[in-house]
Amino acid sequence: MTDEIRQIIREHARLPVDVDTLADDADLFQAGMTSHASVSVMLALEDAFDLEFPDRMLKRSVFESIAAIRAALTELNEEAAA
Amino acid sequence: MEEAVGVHADRYLNRIYTERELADCAGSPERLAARFAAKEAALKVLRPADEGVGWKSIEVVRDPAGWVDLRLSGRAAALAAEAGATSFAVSLTHEGAYASAVVVAELEGRRGT
Repeated sequence: MTDEIRQIIREHARLPVDVDTLADDADLFQAGMTSHASVSVMLALEDAFDLEFPDRMLKRSVFESIAAIRAALTELNEEAAA
Repeated sequence: MEEAVGVHADRYLNRIYTERELADCAGSPERLAARFAAKEAALKVLRPADEGVGWKSIEVVRDPAGWVDLRLSGRAAALAAEAGATSFAVSLTHEGAYASAVVVAELEGRRGT
């Protein structure tokens, strides 16, 4: 999952740095991801993982790091499986 | 904006913009970008802390005379009420590759931007 998240960030976050240089807990917004780019990341994640982020998850903290994204996806998968 | 629409197309548009906003923008990436900027600016005024606010709960409504207003619903409206925001003013601009927006709210006797 982490590799796929990193690939999505590489393709959609429009970062000025290589995503491979970022730790899982690195702040993506501080690394240069804009709010608009985070929307592209969100949509790409939804496509890739066949899910939809509910409004309650449309907040900065969900997309602020690779680790945060992974946790959100895990939560959504668990909810879907329940 | 053009890239976002090109890659994600209707999913992007329908997730971010209301039907009225899409009609007002008539496909113009500049207008879409300006409205996105307005939604972002409104969020910064509302200061939702760490909670999600749907993009469409902040709507930019165009008056036939040319100005725009903000219409809030759902969680955005609730946040405005909690903050005592009595009125909002919004201004959009776009030129070339840039779009921006300013949102000002009257907050219970003090101003927030």
